[in-house]
Amino acid sequence: MSFLSANAELLITIVKIALLLFIVLTVNAYLTWFERKVVAHIQSRWGPHRVGPHGLLQPLADGLKFLFKEDPTPAGVDKFVYYLAPLLALALALTSIAIIPFGPEPLHLFGHDIYLGIAPLNLNIGILALFAITSLGVYGVALAGWSSNSKYPLLGGLRSSAQMVSYELALTMSVVGVLLMAGTFNLRDIINAQAPVPGHRDLGMLSWNVWPQIVGFFCFFTAAVAETNRVPFDLPEAESELVAGFHTEYASFKFAMFFIAEYTSMITVSCLCAIMFFGGWLSPFPASWTFTHYIPSLILIPGGLWVIWDGLRYETTFGRIVLPGIGTVLVALGALFVVLPAVNDFIQGPFWLLSKILVFLFVYVWMRGTLPRFRYDQLMAFGWKLLLPVSIVNVILTSFVILMWGKK
Amino acid sequence: MTAPLVIFFVLAALALFGAVSLILQKHPIHSALSLIVVMVALAGLYLLMGAEFVAAVQIIVYGGAIMVLFVFVIMLLNAGVEEHTSISKLAGVPGLALVVALAGFVAATVAKSGAGVQAASQTGALSSTRGISEMVFKDFVYPFELTSFLILVAILGATVLAQREKS
Repeated sequence: MSFLSANAELLITIVKIALLLFIVLTVNAYLTWFERKVVAHIQSRWGPHRVGPHGLLQPLADGLKFLFKEDPTPAGVDKFVYYLAPLLALALALTSIAIIPFGPEPLHLFGHDIYLGIAPLNLNIGILALFAITSLGVYGVALAGWSSNSKYPLLGGLRSSAQMVSYELALTMSVVGVLLMAGTFNLRDIINAQAPVPGHRDLGMLSWNVWPQIVGFFCFFTAAVAETNRVPFDLPEAESELVAGFHTEYASFKFAMFFIAEYTSMITVSCLCAIMFFGGWLSPFPASWTFTHYIPSLILIPGGLWVIWDGLRYETTFGRIVLPGIGTVLVALGALFVVLPAVNDFIQGPFWLLSKILVFLFVYVWMRGTLPRFRYDQLMAFGWKLLLPVSIVNVILTSFVILMWGKK
Repeated sequence: MTAPLVIFFVLAALALFGAVSLILQKHPIHSALSLIVVMVALAGLYLLMGAEFVAAVQIIVYGGAIMVLFVFVIMLLNAGVEEHTSISKLAGVPGLALVVALAGFVAATVAKSGAGVQAASQTGALSSTRGISEMVFKDFVYPFELTSFLILVAILGATVLAQREKS
């Protein structure tokens, strides 16, 4: 027991890492389901519908398939780098999530204050650490392309290194405005700087960074989509020209690792958008509107009831059992938040942060279902000739305003 | 041994391993990868000393920007395995002497300081972003601006060189 109490901090961190890994990987799996469903409905299709009710077990089936498929190593690859690349991509993508703080208040458990998020509270280089990790992310893609010893992956790798290097500049410049307004790199402090100032009128979501930094936000989100190699910037894996781009020669779980890395980067970028521009865990409503505390329950209970109602008339017996079960859990959670005010207060921060993240993930999928792909020269011109100058002008204007009129 | 000391030795060993591997590797990409290992290990050492900002900038600038350019160029030129030539005697003999001399100097300096090998913690102005900014933009603003001018000259030079001749 003495070892446990002496190393409590270490143990808590290890448990947190394991938990976050589990959550992120599960969310990843269901993000693919979400994406396929949303894109399907955008295109007037049903999407996954066979494996489990509403295709809910599809991610599980896909995961098993990735695990059990034959894992061939093509002839003539550079073995070390070929195996390193997917590892690097996945490890860096997962590490970047560790920097994100998920809630304002600590959880009191076993006499310890447990904060949601792995990085220490006083990580003063927060956003810089994130950029440092993501700036290494390009190696996964570039090295995969190079080591495969094949034309299409090499072209994909080259394209993607050029693209990621070009858009990283705009990405970094576009958040400088937010950093100037907050005066810190610490993600927690950046969120708290968006909270209404005591003694002033509480304007709720009007005090978020997105309003003064609307230009910065659009630059950031565009550059971030390009950094994550998503539509309309998915040229590294443009299937009509490059087969599958940098991961053409990867199969089985090594391919899955690239896949998970891409989806994890999407989650990280959505977290960053929410934190930097949309007030992170801050509620969009003024603090005096106490009834807004019941919004989680107001969403969970009717949502759960709908799932039960929908599940009871589902065509398969399995669905008629599982779906009402899920619905009951949702209703019970919603009821729990109403009954226990302490729990309800605690989940407010994480609830708003997760809602905002979900909105950005939806925008990602929405764009995939809507936008065509850029041409390569258009992509480069867009990044260098439009995005970068606009974000630099944004920095200059923000500094000017802060210098002349001070912060809010 | 305390935990920071263990981490110091691990990172130092990693940096040395990367540096040696950088020279011994036959393929340019492997050499570039070794150099990245050195950069990241150095960033870890800075972090250990409490210089968070320098550590982050080390990875962003060296690991993420400069080395990406290296890798990109190697990939673009599709450079193959290098052929090792026999080491020239002229470089070999004085080289060995220089290595011994350098190791001697370093060992002498460490022995003279007498403090032993420790991870020194950096608590001065260099540890915080504010301290570094004040140093760069107040105390040393003229040298800093001169350096940026130098970079501008280099950029102009690169642009002129890269421009295709008009036919």
